[in-house]
Amino acid sequence: MAGPESRRVDIAPVSAPLTGRNPGDLLFKSVLTLAAVAVPLLLGFLVYELYLGSELAIDRFGLAFVRTSTWDPVAEEFGAWPLIFGTLLSATIALAIAVPLSLGVAIYLTEFSPNWLRQPVSFVIELLAAIPSVVYGLWGIFVLIPFLRTTVFKFLHAKLGFLPIFSGPVYGNSMLAAGIILAIMVMPYIMSVSREVLLAVPASQREAALGLGATRWEAAWTAVVPYARSGIVGAVILGLGRALGETMAVTMLIGNRHEVAASLLAPGYTMAAVIANEFTEAASDIHYAALTYVALVLFGVTVIVNAGARLLIWRVSRGQVEGGRGV
Amino acid sequence: MRIFPLMGAVAAGLVVTTAEIVGQANLNGAGATFPNPIYTKWFDGYAKRTGVKINYQSISSGGGIRQFTQGTVDFGASDGPMTDTQIAAVQGNVAHIPTVLGAVVLTYNLPGAGTAKLKLDGPTIVDIFLGKITKWNDSRLAALNPGIKLPASDLLVVRRSDGSGTTYVFVDYLAKVSAEWRSRVGVNTAVNWPVGLGGKGNEGVTQQVKQLEGSIGYVELVYALANKLSYASVINPAGKPVDPTLEAVTAAAASAKLPATTDFRVSITNAPGAQAYPIASFTWLLVKADNGDATKGKQLKDFLVWMVGAEAQKMAADLGYAPLPGDVSGLVTERIKALKVAGRVT
Repeated sequence: MAGPESRRVDIAPVSAPLTGRNPGDLLFKSVLTLAAVAVPLLLGFLVYELYLGSELAIDRFGLAFVRTSTWDPVAEEFGAWPLIFGTLLSATIALAIAVPLSLGVAIYLTEFSPNWLRQPVSFVIELLAAIPSVVYGLWGIFVLIPFLRTTVFKFLHAKLGFLPIFSGPVYGNSMLAAGIILAIMVMPYIMSVSREVLLAVPASQREAALGLGATRWEAAWTAVVPYARSGIVGAVILGLGRALGETMAVTMLIGNRHEVAASLLAPGYTMAAVIANEFTEAASDIHYAALTYVALVLFGVTVIVNAGARLLIWRVSRGQVEGGRGV
Repeated sequence: MRIFPLMGAVAAGLVVTTAEIVGQANLNGAGATFPNPIYTKWFDGYAKRTGVKINYQSISSGGGIRQFTQGTVDFGASDGPMTDTQIAAVQGNVAHIPTVLGAVVLTYNLPGAGTAKLKLDGPTIVDIFLGKITKWNDSRLAALNPGIKLPASDLLVVRRSDGSGTTYVFVDYLAKVSAEWRSRVGVNTAVNWPVGLGGKGNEGVTQQVKQLEGSIGYVELVYALANKLSYASVINPAGKPVDPTLEAVTAAAASAKLPATTDFRVSITNAPGAQAYPIASFTWLLVKADNGDATKGKQLKDFLVWMVGAEAQKMAADLGYAPLPGDVSGLVTERIKALKVAGRVT
């Protein structure tokens, strides 16, 4: 009898604060609330500052800024369309290369690879994420571009040069080169997240498919991947976010020309790159304001792309539930 | 709790060190990156001789003008002179003091040319950078370079992607030799380039040109010398092809014939002298014409006198910067002596 009684006495002080108003609890709660509120506040402040900084350019150029193409610091005329185009196109090229590649690797590692190979391969790929982007840029200049120019670009230009997208002089530094370096940079993100997602698919899914007589390929493609769909889309979005904002490596490889060129072998420009290039020497107020306006537009584009991605995930996961019901 | 005293000690240590650094620097300056190596060497040498410490941040010419205008530094430095509007922003209280000379060279990658040096003239350079000459075997290039076998390949233009004093000097020259450049592109630290690939910094342009066969770009002379780049000789207004050597750059400043009343905000591109290299420029320190702080004003003035003197100018030449010619340094010395300190010429 004595045992349980003493135990109850022990428990009492612990359970009491849960119902009462403990000052420590209150403090903890307010600190957490503050932390939670700080992030949106910071974001709001950032947008406000960007708006203030770009007011001059907004007044002068208005919304036409996003569809005009002149960038002339002498005449003080600025338009961001080639930058927006370059940002979206280079990110698209990056995803077009990186998504199939990293998905392939992720599926291979979770479904097909021998056990001893899994850890080393994913470790090496994740290591790619730890390399600073300026190092990618240097590697791009010294290794990738000379290689691409003498092999891939030369071939594309010689054999497919009649197509507008492979026409014009081959500089090396180009939209395509930037897309390729971005693909390499976003791969580890897409690969590791989708690998985790695929690993989380219950073994019963695979077993059920195999039990129904599916081959391993069919099991992976019809049972495992669809189950992980929304997670994979999330991984791609993560990669996309990284590709849109990447600055240093892109600046070093894209060629920095304010122009919407049809050719992927022609130099282009991105929003992040122009800010990195011109901010330190933006002597006139309007040039400075135009660059800040570019930052604001980049912010806007990122928000729109991310919102679109959220919508996509939402629709994909809803489809998944319906699909599940169907099964 | 136990770590707090330790952290406190570390923090106190940091405070002391920062205070020491700030306390020791007598003068603070910021600006152009191009003359940074020689400025650093000068400030270091001057501190050893006199004990006056000068701290310099190599940010950019535009940044130098901005910080000088805001009064956050004792002096600024710029590769391009302040505009009239910028001078009005400091109520005219600024003097441009030329320190050394810089030049811009055209570097190219043309393995077929071997060791032969390419010759270019103003109109040809303009048309290359306007995108009108697109092949190496263009008839005008061939006429200027009879001894060189020019390939039929694309002529690939490389220029700066960031704003730069180097760009300013180069396009200032182009605008002087071509009315079309003046009206279509204009002069600024950054312009709307009709063609070409943008490289970041002198090193970015150099890298592109080194790797890209058939390319041509422009970089600072000091940079080209240090990296042993091949560069073209340029035909000057006197009709002579001139190599960008330190002597030819100094000759450009000498032939500019500054009047005694000059404020030194002059462009010396396309200078008339027979020995003058045509794409050259002063680089300036921006100081207050009347410094309200008597101590700092005096210290800065003393430094400037030493800087235009023979010893400091010799240091510049050793590092690959073209020294000021004799008559210009005479004028600069006069200007420095006329600088006011707390309202008076001391």
